[in-house]
Amino acid sequence: MKILVTAKRVEDPESKIKVKPDGSDIVKEGLKYKINPFDEIGVEEGLRLAAKHTGEVVVVSIGGKEVQEQLRHALAMGANRAIWVNHTGPLDQLGIAGLLQKVAEKEKPDIVLLGKQSIDDDQNQVGQYLAEFLGWGQATFASKVESLESDQEKNKVPAVVLSADKKSVQVVREVDNGLATLEVQLPAVVTTDLRLNQPRYASLPGIMKAKSKPIEELTPAGLGVDVAPKIQVLKLASPPARKAGIKVPDVATLVEKLHNEAKVV
Amino acid sequence: MSIVLIVAEQQPDGNLRKASLNAIAAGKQLADKSGGELHLVLLSKDPSKLAEELKGSGAKVIHTAAAPELEHYLAETYAPVVAGLAQELKATFVGAASTAQGKDLLPRVAARLKAAMATDITAINGSGADITFTRPMWAGNVFAEVKLTTPVQVLSIRATEFAPVAGAGASAEVKSFQPKLEASKTKFVSFNEVKSARPELTEASVVVSGGRGTKGDFKEVEALADLLGAAVGASRAVCDAGWVPNDLQVGQTGKVVAPKLYIAAGISGAIQHLAGMKSSKTIVAINKDPEAPIFQVADYGLVDDLFKVLPALREGIQKLK
Amino acid sequence: MDFQLSESQRALQDAARKYARDVVRPKAPHYDETSDFPKDLISAAFELGLLNMAIPSEYNGVGLTHLEQVIVCEELAWGCAGVATSLIANDLANLPIILSGTDDQKKRLLAPFGEKLKLSCFCLTEPAAGSDVAAMGTTARREGDEYVLNGSKCFITNAGYADQFTVFATLDKGKKHKGITCFVVEGRPQGLTTGKHENKMGQRASNTTTVTFDEVRVPAKNRIGEEGEGFKIAMATLDNSRPLTASISIGIARAALEHSLEYSAQRQTMGKPIREHQAVQFMLAEMAMNTHAARLLTYESAQVLDEGQRNTLQSSYAKCFAADMAMKVATDAVQVFGGYGYMKDYPVEKLMRDAKLIQVYEGTSQVQRLVIAKELFR
Repeated sequence: MKILVTAKRVEDPESKIKVKPDGSDIVKEGLKYKINPFDEIGVEEGLRLAAKHTGEVVVVSIGGKEVQEQLRHALAMGANRAIWVNHTGPLDQLGIAGLLQKVAEKEKPDIVLLGKQSIDDDQNQVGQYLAEFLGWGQATFASKVESLESDQEKNKVPAVVLSADKKSVQVVREVDNGLATLEVQLPAVVTTDLRLNQPRYASLPGIMKAKSKPIEELTPAGLGVDVAPKIQVLKLASPPARKAGIKVPDVATLVEKLHNEAKVV
Repeated sequence: MSIVLIVAEQQPDGNLRKASLNAIAAGKQLADKSGGELHLVLLSKDPSKLAEELKGSGAKVIHTAAAPELEHYLAETYAPVVAGLAQELKATFVGAASTAQGKDLLPRVAARLKAAMATDITAINGSGADITFTRPMWAGNVFAEVKLTTPVQVLSIRATEFAPVAGAGASAEVKSFQPKLEASKTKFVSFNEVKSARPELTEASVVVSGGRGTKGDFKEVEALADLLGAAVGASRAVCDAGWVPNDLQVGQTGKVVAPKLYIAAGISGAIQHLAGMKSSKTIVAINKDPEAPIFQVADYGLVDDLFKVLPALREGIQKLK
Repeated sequence: MDFQLSESQRALQDAARKYARDVVRPKAPHYDETSDFPKDLISAAFELGLLNMAIPSEYNGVGLTHLEQVIVCEELAWGCAGVATSLIANDLANLPIILSGTDDQKKRLLAPFGEKLKLSCFCLTEPAAGSDVAAMGTTARREGDEYVLNGSKCFITNAGYADQFTVFATLDKGKKHKGITCFVVEGRPQGLTTGKHENKMGQRASNTTTVTFDEVRVPAKNRIGEEGEGFKIAMATLDNSRPLTASISIGIARAALEHSLEYSAQRQTMGKPIREHQAVQFMLAEMAMNTHAARLLTYESAQVLDEGQRNTLQSSYAKCFAADMAMKVATDAVQVFGGYGYMKDYPVEKLMRDAKLIQVYEGTSQVQRLVIAKELFR
């Protein structure tokens, strides 16, 4: 079984994002970069599936030379090899999905696992675009119900379950008002939600081994994909600040303010 | 003449998902600004009841497709039908509410239409051919103005930013059409609904949320919610700890809410949580820690133990009634 | 010279930081309070390869360079200095084998550490022979193809839980340091006993006991180096380990600085956060400056080793400066916190207690100064 996972390079979710005064971009100085947390969950799920069904995990990232850091992170977690699509400059979700389509056609994986969204663009599109481009089934927002400390978590069992004939997977999805279960024929695209699993830490021996794992370099031109963006980002702005509130001394004052001032109770 | 096609969503229980009313309002605004007309599409086993309900929503035409295959929503069965209709109508914009279904479906529709898409739009700017959208990025720390340059444009609509359409107005024409169904590689297996007597989080006008400060004891949070007819919400820490079901999570990775009144009890206010509730009209924060970031967005902050405040608050509100 | 960490150095740092933040920190106050042995934290460290960093990869170890080890060790100590000391105790005990063992000894005595969790301890210090190693009273005598050890060691890290003991003993007290020889005792043979866990001021998560040898028999094949080479081996080991103890100081100081920065932004006096008062700013600036200076000295002392050079001078600079620096920085952190800093409810008093030990163990700050002076006179 072969699993293709993605590793987008994004700003560390704990870093403070500020917009440049001219609104052209965010302030990049001093920012740290990480693998997209949802992608990291995808890498973990891929590793669990591969461990259970003796498979290979191939990780792909798109960007300049710096994305090799995220590829090495996935390799250190245990992915077998990496594909780096060397591209600098703007790229939108259509472009990303187009590139991933070509990589998937070349690699012929059984499952492509991606984060449901990346925490920079927050678009939540690429997995779905990719599934349609490939003509594959999709199961987005893969989740699971057990708490993180469950036995299942400890035993590192994949939450995405392969059918007995290995021709389909069953996926529990987090949707509005509940959990939906789908069965998707392979090959399929699965996007990960927050609670699918708890990604393992990269071990030091894993990091050392990752240094010698292969990273194959591809380019958009080589893959024959036109990545000229169809989404123009015209301007960035900070969200409007809320007007400063007040601290009230006691419950009586709070009730009075809610009733007479805010008129909400 | 540009056509704005909004997908209205039927819930598994057969009712309209309320966020669709907000999406239709956004669709109406977009139609007005771009000089076009609003169309709706409804797919299900039997969409007639909902079509009737939406007649007064301001749409020109409501397209309905009925088929047994459309009973359970699947992106693979819905996407070709919506995309096919959009092509037939030569629609310029295709949209839906940013619900789990909307987010799952729309990119697949966009892929069929070779369209670019904007997710979670919070505003529609410009007019005529020069329409742009505002949408959040980086967990709502940044708002971007974006222009989609493909002939067809797809958007998912953040319901909290558009007031829902009311029932009045011109009566829409209901047209049924034969859906172009394709074989799906995906099968619906089951849906486990999390039932609650309280209102749905994203639809409630009052939300009472509990955080780590509750130490998992939600009794006081629930009692206040029930008094106010409110939905119950929670911070990520509380959901991760397994104290309450995951679908109560308010935040960037959970539900985005914007009720009239949001009461945060024992929530410190991580950026992640604030992104999910800071559009609320009035925010009340109750926390023992005077330095908790939640106080920076709260209209009314009270530094005290929630287990003391919530019962007293209930008593105070009861006296008003 | 390159002052930027490489991509893989950053990856190692990140891995150690995650362990320190998510695994160690939540439990650190508990182990400080109870002084129980942090078995769970050590097991987790073993799984992540944070134990046995110095053992070369051909002998199943992680095989980090010295510079990589100090980068990682700073993070461990930032989590909890006591835990960090426990973790690097394995490397300290195994260094004599790494530096002076034969291939056969490395295969037998090092490689098993990669297979399963095993702890080792470094038995040098004695009640009457601390800095004065040559006054060693533990004896070894040859009997056929065995040596027999007698005597006792004190303040031995991990001894209560150790599966292997690296022991220094003298074959002839009259020969002073030229009689000292290094042995490895596997398991807990008859005659080897460990005492009760010491009730320490700081670094309370690390296990510290006495070790007593009463006619303990060691096969001659477990003698590391030649007879009489023990002193040289011990000194080379300490040259190698001083950058690590220095990095523990840096981890403590960085934690103290971070807590102080956070607290001083929140705590208000006279209508503004205390970090807007110049008196506090001066303290914070000194803390940051000295922490960074210690880090650079430490990186250099590790880099010199990686280049295959003797680092006695640089590693004494680093260990001495870093230990004294951490004590000062942690004390200042308590000062920034004021009365709250003195309370166990806040994290900084632990840092002050933890820091003190580094001025004392593996060569006191005074001994480091003697070493530095001796090096200067060469």
